[in-house]
Amino acid sequence: MTPRIAADEARDILPASTPQERLRNFCIIAHIDHGKSTLADRMLQITGIVEDRAMRAQYLDRMDIERERGITVKSQAVRMPWQVDGVNYALNMIDTPGHVDFTYEVSRSLAACEGAILLVDAAQGIEAQTLANLYLAMENDLTIIPVLNKIDLPGADPEKYAAEIGQLVGVDPDDVLRVSGKTGVGVEDLLDHVVRTLPSPQGDPEAPCRAMIFDSVYDTYRGVVTYIRVIDGSLKSRDRIDMMSTGAHHELLEIGVSSPEPRATQGIGPGEVGYLITGVKDVRQSKVGDTITTSIRGATEALEGYSEPKPMVYSGLFPIDGSDYPVLRDALDKLKLNDAALLYEPETSTALGFGFRVGFLGLLHLEIIRERLEREFNLDLISTAPSVVYQVLMEDGSEVEVLNPSDFPVGKVHEISEPITKATILVPSEFIGAVMELCQSKRGTLGGMDYLSEDRVELRYTLPLAEIVFDFFDQLKSKTRGYASLDYDVSGSQIADLVKVDMLLQAEPVDAFSAIVHRDKAYNYGVEMAGKLKKLIPRQQFEVPIQAAIGSRIIARENIRAMRKDVLSKCYGGDISRKRKLLEKQKEGKKRMKNIGSVEVPQEAFIAALSSDEGDMPKDKDSKKK
Amino acid sequence: MREMDLTLASDREAGYDYDQVSTVFFGGGTPTLLPADDLVAMLEHLRTLIPLAEDAEVSTEANPDSVTRASLSRLAAGGITRVSFGMQSAVPSVLATLDRTHDPEKVPQAVAWAREAGLDVSLDLIYGTPGETIDDVETSVKAALACGVDHLSAYSLIIEGNTAMARQLRRGELEAPDPDDMADKYELVDDLARADGLSWYEVSNWARTEQQRSRHNLAYWRGTDWWGIGPGAHRHRDGLRSWNVKHPSRYARMLAAGEMPVADSERVAAEDRLVEKIMLELRIADGLSVDVVPEERRPMLAVHRERGHLDPEALDAGRAVLTRQGRLLADAVIRDLVP
Repeated sequence: MTPRIAADEARDILPASTPQERLRNFCIIAHIDHGKSTLADRMLQITGIVEDRAMRAQYLDRMDIERERGITVKSQAVRMPWQVDGVNYALNMIDTPGHVDFTYEVSRSLAACEGAILLVDAAQGIEAQTLANLYLAMENDLTIIPVLNKIDLPGADPEKYAAEIGQLVGVDPDDVLRVSGKTGVGVEDLLDHVVRTLPSPQGDPEAPCRAMIFDSVYDTYRGVVTYIRVIDGSLKSRDRIDMMSTGAHHELLEIGVSSPEPRATQGIGPGEVGYLITGVKDVRQSKVGDTITTSIRGATEALEGYSEPKPMVYSGLFPIDGSDYPVLRDALDKLKLNDAALLYEPETSTALGFGFRVGFLGLLHLEIIRERLEREFNLDLISTAPSVVYQVLMEDGSEVEVLNPSDFPVGKVHEISEPITKATILVPSEFIGAVMELCQSKRGTLGGMDYLSEDRVELRYTLPLAEIVFDFFDQLKSKTRGYASLDYDVSGSQIADLVKVDMLLQAEPVDAFSAIVHRDKAYNYGVEMAGKLKKLIPRQQFEVPIQAAIGSRIIARENIRAMRKDVLSKCYGGDISRKRKLLEKQKEGKKRMKNIGSVEVPQEAFIAALSSDEGDMPKDKDSKKK
Repeated sequence: MREMDLTLASDREAGYDYDQVSTVFFGGGTPTLLPADDLVAMLEHLRTLIPLAEDAEVSTEANPDSVTRASLSRLAAGGITRVSFGMQSAVPSVLATLDRTHDPEKVPQAVAWAREAGLDVSLDLIYGTPGETIDDVETSVKAALACGVDHLSAYSLIIEGNTAMARQLRRGELEAPDPDDMADKYELVDDLARADGLSWYEVSNWARTEQQRSRHNLAYWRGTDWWGIGPGAHRHRDGLRSWNVKHPSRYARMLAAGEMPVADSERVAAEDRLVEKIMLELRIADGLSVDVVPEERRPMLAVHRERGHLDPEALDAGRAVLTRQGRLLADAVIRDLVP
């Protein structure tokens, strides 16, 4: 493909000197698998910034995990030249994370754009997370360009889905563009459309500089690379800058744009998108959503929309081999450099040994971190059941924040409040009943219901976050044969009748299995957990009662009967050394046992009990599609 | 015999000499498949090398089908004093599962012939065979005791990894033995043996009087030195353990070439000897002197007394002796007492 602009013809759209009317900033809103990365690749090729032979499939997704899972966790921005009617334009494509856990990051990426391409698979239609991001974009007053992708697929039904998204966006189905990221069909038209329909940035070039951070990435060689959108004024390579949330000053080591490789420039002008490097080593010093201004003649008022990342889900992470604890600590320290939302502190569990209590934005975040720890740092980990953050008000008026069920306060509890979510579920209409039933059983309240098309429905629920992180997604998928998609966003909290259930082994609590559950479900949890532990814990020399308790009240009980036979019946001349060696092996095994009181439990039993109903996270990658 | 010669010559060369032999045991399979004269000849040969004690116990294992009145009397005349019959069970279906071909009806006859020849007699039983009921065990033990024996061994079935039975188990053709069922059966054996006047002297062995215990086997459990002769046989001398090559033809070739047929040996370290001592002596009715138990493990003695695994009176007298419940959990107790 021949690019429309030769390299030496682009002088009028150089960084730091491109007029705002020649700029277009956009992002692509799409569901995992709907072909966002392939389309982006095609754009890089068609605009000529990546040569055909250098083209690597899905150029923008750098991390292996992302590539494998087909999700983009970290967004990046790419500057591409494009010519329409003989006029040169600079297009900035800002990549957005496509998942529910990263709503805040998505909102910041959207805030860096004037428009969004809504990309929908022509064989599958829109999914809940895409819909949620679309609503977010519309609330941000972004111009939406609806596009159907994969029109070359045999299973594509462009008429049906054009009608569906046309209705959502409020355009005629005929105005929905049709492309194939794979073959490149329609991509040039799409780029033309971006130039023609998206508004150009409208910042004040003369005002003091205000630039919004929409991403911040740690690079081993360069330190933190901060991606910014300049709203007002401009940044020059010699400027000193301030982070407005903290007031911290930084020297600029480098400022530039990516197209797609980073290239240093003299500065970044109003409306432009680029990166800067200050030498800081931790993304916490360069926070997504924060406003950057110049130290001299700086702005006094920060841009709106900044907030601190707040973990919503906590889980204990423990190395299966206790001697890996320092490796885990170092690994978390490293990941933290690149993940402002990752919080952790040491935790000791009688059942699982030394580990960390780690806070995550959500289940996918948890899953990604865990997988990176296992893959990049070669760790074998066990994680405790994810738990949300509870506010516990005691009778004496004191208030306790509970991140870990085993830290639940002792004493008289006045009330407990739990986080709730606004959840959107998209489902074929035949499953409405099943989904309503499920949501009902998960303490959900129906907020509304809309038909997206004849046979697809959007259900809006208020659901406790705790229910979602428990096993909601798995059940939703299984009750809808994989067709439902889910999006949720934490939207407040509610007082609920919650209790802490402890699991006791010979009257000793096993911390890793304590859970905070709704009173109506406490009995079920206790019975199920006791049954599970009974199956997994080997018989001891004495009878071991397993109990589930709320405070001192026992709600469920099982017994592990005493072991009656543990003896080799034959032990003569030739058996003796074999028997001794067997004994030594058994003693070694005994050392690896965890002691709960005098009960010896192999760690594998705890691990099995924790993993047996650990659900797949709502990453949607494995789910069935139409 | 060739191995005896070679070994003795090599031991003497190493400056080790033997005083006398107090027990001899022909076993590990069915030695009585050999003509009685051959067994006697082996014993004779040994006698020419090392003197046999006046009251030596000389046992042989035997299949009830592989003996006759005449062969038993020949063995007795040749110096054998004790025979242990592999009865296994009195129930035909159980024997069939075990792949044993002898006719259970023949056991009383064989026992009678042996006693008539003046031999001490023991019967070996196996319990816990897949498909065996508790009533089957009762039938077998009663049948064994009805023969009037003074010694009984009863072993729970051990299914070794690469056997036909292990394969059947994996294919689900046989039901895996249940430890509780095994325990019930062990207790039944013990009850019936006791009612007949036999008492346990090792986890799997019962005898009518102290004299009728197997001195040869007690020697293993007390850590005495022993010789093993034949393919795969083990020997133990002064903390040095060695074992012969397993394959019979390789064994024969090495001997023919004048080589010692030893596969390998190990020196049992002091701590391992202590482990073995605890592991073996705890299995016998005389028990283990508590002084042998390492200082730091001694608190476990009280724990096991509390759990009903160790006899309180014996413990007060300074010996760790298993109760019946303890015998069934001997390995668990041993693990708690070894260093």
